[in-house]
Amino acid sequence: MVVIFVLIGLSLIAAIIFLGAFIWNVRSGQYEDDYTPSIRMLFDDEKIINTENQASKK
Amino acid sequence: MSNPCVHCGEDCANNPIIWNEKSFCCVGCKTVFQLLNENELYTYYKIDQTPGIKIDTQDFGKKYAYLDNAEIISRLYEFNEGDYRRITLFIPSIHCSSCIWLLENLNRLNKGIRQSRVNFIKKQVNISFSENEVSLRQVVELLASIHYIPNITLEDTDKRKSNQQNKKLLFKIGFAGFAFGNTMLFSFPEYIQGTLGIDEKYKILFGVLNLIFAIPVITYSAQDYLLSAFKSLKHRIINIDFPIAMGMLAIFFQSAYEIISKSGAGYMDSLCGFVFFILIGKWYQNKTYQALSFERDYKSYFPVAVTKLDGDVELSVPLEKINENDIILVHNQELIPADSILLKGDANIDYSFVTGESKPVKKHLDDMIYAGGRQIGSSIELLVKNRVEQSQLTKLWNQTEKADEPDNLNKLIDRVSKRFTVIVIGISLLAAIYWSVFNPELVIKALTSVLIVACPCAMALSIPFAYGNTMSFFGKKGFYLKNSDVVEKLTKIDTIVFDKTGTITQADMLSIDYVGDYLSDKEISMIKSLTRNSSHPFSNAISNYYKDISIISVLNYREIPSRGLIGEFDNVLLKLGSIEFVSGTTTYRNDNSSNVHLSFNGEIKGNFKIRNKYREGVDLLIENLRINFDLHLVSGDNDAEKQKLTYLFNTDKNLHFNQSPAEKKAYIQNLKNQGKNVLMIGDGLNDSGALKTADVSISIADDVYHFSPACDAILESSNIKSLTEFIKLSKSSLKIVKLSFIISFIYNIIGISFAVTGQLSPIVAAILMPLSSVSVVAFVTLFTSVVCRKLNVES
Repeated sequence: MVVIFVLIGLSLIAAIIFLGAFIWNVRSGQYEDDYTPSIRMLFDDEKIINTENQASKK
Repeated sequence: MSNPCVHCGEDCANNPIIWNEKSFCCVGCKTVFQLLNENELYTYYKIDQTPGIKIDTQDFGKKYAYLDNAEIISRLYEFNEGDYRRITLFIPSIHCSSCIWLLENLNRLNKGIRQSRVNFIKKQVNISFSENEVSLRQVVELLASIHYIPNITLEDTDKRKSNQQNKKLLFKIGFAGFAFGNTMLFSFPEYIQGTLGIDEKYKILFGVLNLIFAIPVITYSAQDYLLSAFKSLKHRIINIDFPIAMGMLAIFFQSAYEIISKSGAGYMDSLCGFVFFILIGKWYQNKTYQALSFERDYKSYFPVAVTKLDGDVELSVPLEKINENDIILVHNQELIPADSILLKGDANIDYSFVTGESKPVKKHLDDMIYAGGRQIGSSIELLVKNRVEQSQLTKLWNQTEKADEPDNLNKLIDRVSKRFTVIVIGISLLAAIYWSVFNPELVIKALTSVLIVACPCAMALSIPFAYGNTMSFFGKKGFYLKNSDVVEKLTKIDTIVFDKTGTITQADMLSIDYVGDYLSDKEISMIKSLTRNSSHPFSNAISNYYKDISIISVLNYREIPSRGLIGEFDNVLLKLGSIEFVSGTTTYRNDNSSNVHLSFNGEIKGNFKIRNKYREGVDLLIENLRINFDLHLVSGDNDAEKQKLTYLFNTDKNLHFNQSPAEKKAYIQNLKNQGKNVLMIGDGLNDSGALKTADVSISIADDVYHFSPACDAILESSNIKSLTEFIKLSKSSLKIVKLSFIISFIYNIIGISFAVTGQLSPIVAAILMPLSSVSVVAFVTLFTSVVCRKLNVES
């Protein structure tokens, strides 16, 4: 039944990783703005099309 | 719309400006389009249709000259090292995806800009740039040239603090959630042990792990509650945090004792869950409108810097560095920052934001000019008489600090928790006494058990969710509350005081009636052509009144301040203005109403009657409110509209005109002294004293992101007609909160009946606590949503 100690250790490590990820999220300000990134995500495509257009013109 | 402007979407009417086969409503819009086109930023017009912003004046001249002053800008920077600078600018006009796209591609307009990130919710853009390549002034002027005008105030630095607090709360929630999950996992074997029982060594391990998790939960995550309870004890007040802290401490110490003495498993999972839930409630309650500001002081109204004249040299000086007897220069459209005396120039001061009166006031040399007005016309030189903090307007603003202490005592939750705490302590003592007679071993256990189950978690959660939900519904309908406490305050209102100009009337909209002889098309186009040259509000109103009229060129146009306009069209001399001016007589006639007379070649044709335009739905609103509330009106204006208002309010008893800002404030104070709960609805700076004094204050705004005086709530002007519904809704949500209290009391009675017998097992606590919390939250959220949906409020 020593395996239980190992499993508990593993589960704790996993939980601590998630806690660390959460703290990093908050620190880097990801919870301050939950709207703009969803819009920004769509722009990247447009930019690529744009530069391609310009490239083809040249 | 027949011919929308490619940039801003406004109708170009009959005279669009054409460039590259595209039509624009004004030169400003065209210029922006050209600029973006040159830099191959056409995507701006592809993401959203006509995303541009129209602004009235394109020319900002030396407006941003103060951004060359190193002292001022060092306070604005967030980060400042080497040649690298970072600044966050608030831009109220950010409104669509195109805005985000353009503002994040600023580096394509100026290579010195390294990166720009938009926060759409806060309407901010964070710009990093290299000082060697571009100055802050150039960055700001670039933004202004594409019509994204940043709102720069020194107040912004304070905002960052509240942001830090919000982050701290998130850390606490995160940790409590982490501990909750883990302690539940470790407590689970205890609950399903059945007859076999779990191995002793695991029991010890799980107990110790639980204890390790619980210590930071109680000392870190729950510290606000413990501190608040401790403070309230010091002041001999019992607030809701007191029974909460009592319960938490009881759980913690009882469980720690059980774990260490190996007599039981403890209730650490319940404790962690409880802290987690209650922090979520707090977070929900703290959710506010980030782009709006309710606590504005004069700093955000006045400019950051003023132009000071030192001999012949013009210097940009920070506002607070202006002293008495300094000479300052105020340009067109700039604010008068301090009470001062006119030395040079034509002063034409628009006090519309201070008094609500839209007619500019003409000032003569050596006249005293009070702070808060806006100069219209050429630049003027002023001699400062009072420092900014000492000016009449700012003094009024600062005088009234809202006393929060007695206010808090009145809250429903604190009233209830006071009685609740007394009852709970009573029951626990009775239980302890009972067991000390019959079974002394159970005394401590019964005592702590009662405190544990009676912890008012559900009660503490119902208010944040009920009011928070109502508040977010209000927000969707254009009614933005400062915090959710305002919902409860609204339910107590019995007296409503209105301001007139700008509140029930539209400050910038005037209704016009023409009375007099018939005007031919040609005469109308002359009037239109003459009035469009002037920036006087009456001229604007008349010019807008004749919408689709073509314009003819005018000769010898002159504007005589406070008198009228004059101009020639093909040998026809047109005069518009006061009766003396138009007829050429000098006889003075008392004319209280605002009439604009007109004459062609000296022959009087008639006049335009100009009245304030009432906001849509205001008459119906007042009619509805009249039934349940005591209505008052305090106006800074004259009583020209008294007749109409008397009809509207059904009495002239409570109508007061020509009130100064201080009188308005005193009026509210007087009503409060009579024991009334006063709601003040205003809009301008002249109401700021009254707004601060009132129990609840609502500020009416055409654009909620623009400046509004400090208040409890900002209401979009188009939704003023729904005010009755908003008040009704607050009352309904208060009823729901009361019902939810009953539900949580039932849970408490069940829990206490277990506890007094001294038989509270960890599993009962572990089920009862989350169950009660979740069911109460579900109840209030569901019912407030139902009530909100039922109410008939147009969006």
